[in-house]
Amino acid sequence: MTILVIAEHDNKELKSGTLHTVTAAQKIGGDIHVLVAGNNCGAVAEAAAKLAGVSVVKVAEGAALEHGLAENIAPLVVKLAAGYSHVLAPATTYGKNLLPRVAALLDVMQISEISAVEAADTFVRPIYAGNVLATVKSNDPIKVITVRTTAFDAVGPGGSADIEKVDGGADAGLSRFDGAELTVSDRPELASARIVVSGGRALGSAEQFQAVIEPLADKLGAAVGASRAAVDAGYAPNDYQVGQTGKVVAPQLYVAVGISGAIQHLAGMKDSKVIVAINKDEEAPIFQVADYGLVGDLFSVVPELIQALGD
Amino acid sequence: MKVIVAVKRVVDFNVKVRPKTDGSDVELANAKMSMNPFDEIAVEEAVRLKEAGKVTEIVAVSMGVKACEETLRTALAMGADRAVHVETDAVLEPLAVAKLLKAVAEKEQPQLLILGKQAIDDDANQVGQMTAALLGWAQGTFASKVGLSSENVQVMREVDGGLETVTLNLPAVVTTDLRLNEPRFVKLPNIMAAKKKPLDKLTTADLGVDVTPRLTLVNVAEPAKRQAGVKVANVAELVAKLKSEAKVL
Ligand SMILES: Cc1cc2nc3c(=O)[nH]c(=O)nc-3n(C[C@H](O)[C@H](O)[C@H](O)COP(=O)(O)OP(=O)(O)OC[C@H]3O[C@@H](n4cnc5c(N)ncnc54)[C@H](O)[C@@H]3O)c2cc1C
Ligand SMILES: Nc1ncnc2c1ncn2[C@@H]1O[C@H](COP(=O)(O)O)[C@@H](O)[C@H]1O
Repeated sequence: MTILVIAEHDNKELKSGTLHTVTAAQKIGGDIHVLVAGNNCGAVAEAAAKLAGVSVVKVAEGAALEHGLAENIAPLVVKLAAGYSHVLAPATTYGKNLLPRVAALLDVMQISEISAVEAADTFVRPIYAGNVLATVKSNDPIKVITVRTTAFDAVGPGGSADIEKVDGGADAGLSRFDGAELTVSDRPELASARIVVSGGRALGSAEQFQAVIEPLADKLGAAVGASRAAVDAGYAPNDYQVGQTGKVVAPQLYVAVGISGAIQHLAGMKDSKVIVAINKDEEAPIFQVADYGLVGDLFSVVPELIQALGD
Repeated sequence: MKVIVAVKRVVDFNVKVRPKTDGSDVELANAKMSMNPFDEIAVEEAVRLKEAGKVTEIVAVSMGVKACEETLRTALAMGADRAVHVETDAVLEPLAVAKLLKAVAEKEQPQLLILGKQAIDDDANQVGQMTAALLGWAQGTFASKVGLSSENVQVMREVDGGLETVTLNLPAVVTTDLRLNEPRFVKLPNIMAAKKKPLDKLTTADLGVDVTPRLTLVNVAEPAKRQAGVKVANVAELVAKLKSEAKVL
C-alpha cells in the first residue's frame, strides 16, 4: 500500500493540517508520499520531506497551480492516483474543495472528515453534527479521504524524503483566481491553538467583541473563535466560526463567552480537553459540556478574569 | 439564463439525532424533516438572481423518497418555477447524487447549478464539487457572494484564512455558505400557488445512473459523553481550578 497525502500550503509554508493528515496516513500503514502542487514552492517541498514517515515528496509547479484552484489540481492528482491505494487531504476548506473533485473523476465515493482509522478500508466519521459516529467500510479500489485534523496528532520531524519533480499539467481554463482578503493576526492559528477564546451573540457588537474577547485572548496567548450568530451579525470574521459548518477545534482549553451551546456549535469544540463557559443563563446548554461553568454577566466577568490572570 | 438548484430533504437542524439501539443506523422515525438549510440559501440566491433580471428560469431538483415532493414544493413556494423529482427509495451517496444531477443538467442545459455546501445529515460536503467534476465545469464552493454576468460568475468564497474571490466560466457550479443571504419566509399565497407549479418525476433508470452504494455502513454509535463539570462561584475559583486542577494555565 502506498498513500498519497495532498499537502496544503501557500507556496511558502506547509500548513499544519498536512502534519495531522500524515499521522492519519501512518495509522492506515504503508509507504507515504506527499504531493506539493503549487508555484515556486520548493521550500514547502523541503519542509514536507522532513516529516517523519514520508518517503517521497512529489512537486508539481506551474502558474496554474499557484492558487490551489481545484479545476487545475484535481486532474494532476487523478493522473498520479493510479499508483496509490489511498489519497488523503486535510478536511480544511482547501481539502474539502479539492478532494471530492478528485474522487468523482476517479469514480470513487469520498469518505469525508474521518476521525479514526479502524482498518485500511474502514474508518470512523462524525455525522449529524457529531451526534453520531459512523463506521464505514469502503469498497472502492482507491480510498479518497479527508481527515479531521483535530483527531490526529501532528507528525514530528525526522524524515528525509526524496523530492521528485512531476509535470503540473496545463491550465484547465475554467476558472481564475482574482484575489484574497485574509485575516491578519499575530495570534495562534484557530485550528491548532492550545487555547481558544470564543465569543457569541451576547457580545452585541463588533466593538464590544474586540474590547472584551480580544484582551482575554491576548492575556492567554489564545486564538479567537466565534459562534455562527456572532459571525452572521458581523462581530467577527467568517473564518472565526467554530462548529459543524465552520472550524473544528480541540484545544487544551476552550473558553466560551456568551455562547448558548447549540449542537452546531458543540460539534466544533466538544473534543476540547477543558471547557470553560461564561453565561448569564444558568440553564444554557453550554454548561452541559463545560468542565467549569461560571454564571454571570460576561461584561463584568471577563474583565475580572483578565485581572485575576495577572501578568 | 436557466439555473438548477439542488435541494435535499434532511432531518431538521433542531433535532438531536441518536443511533438506533442495535447500532445499525440512526433513529429517524417520526423526526421532523426540512429542507437542508444550505439549500434554502441556494434557492434564495437563485430567486434573487431572477428578481435582478439575470435569471429567467429556476428548476429545483431533489433526489430521494416520495416525501422529497414536500421539499420541492417549498422551493417552488420560495420562487422556483419548476421542480424535478428523481424518486427512489435507494440510499443515495453523494457520488450517486452527483451522477443524477449531472444527468439532469445534461437534459436541462442550465448555465448555473447552485447547491448547498453541505447536507447537515451526512455532513459530506461533496456533491457540488463532484457534480462540477463530472460535468467538467468550474466550481465556486462555500460562496458568500455571487456576481453573475452573461459570460461568467464571480464568487467570493469563505476559506479558512478569510475570503477569496474567483471568476468561473459558465456553465458553473456554486455551493452556498451561511453568509450568502438570509432566506425569505414563504407566504401562504405562495404556498398555494406552488401547488400548481409543474413537478416532474424521473427515475434513476430514466437517467441511466447506477446508484449502488460504494460504502458499507458497519455501525453507528454515540460519541463518548463528557464528564459532567462543576459550576464555580466566582472568577477567583475559576482561575484556581484552571491552575491547580485542570493545569491548563
Ligand atoms: C445549517 C446550520 C449550521 C450552523 N452552523 C453553526 C456553526 O458551525 N457554529 C455555530 O456556532 N453555530 C452554527 N449554527 C447556529 C446555531 O444553531 C446557533 O444559532 C448559534 O450557535 C447560536 O450562537 P450563540 O450561542 O452566540 O447565540 P445565542 O444562542 O443567542 O446565545 C447567546 C447566549 O449568550 C448569553 N448571554 C446573553 N447576554 C449575556 C451576558 N451579558 N453575559 C453572559 N452571557 C450572556 C445568553 O444566555 C445565551 O446563552 C448553525 C445553524 C444552522 C441552521
Ligand atoms: N438527495 C439529494 N437531492 C438533492 N440535492 C442533494 C441531495 N443530496 C445532496 N444534495 C445537494 O448537495 C449539497 C451537498 O450535500 P453533501 O455533499 O451530501 O453534503 C446539498 O446541500 C444539496 O444541495
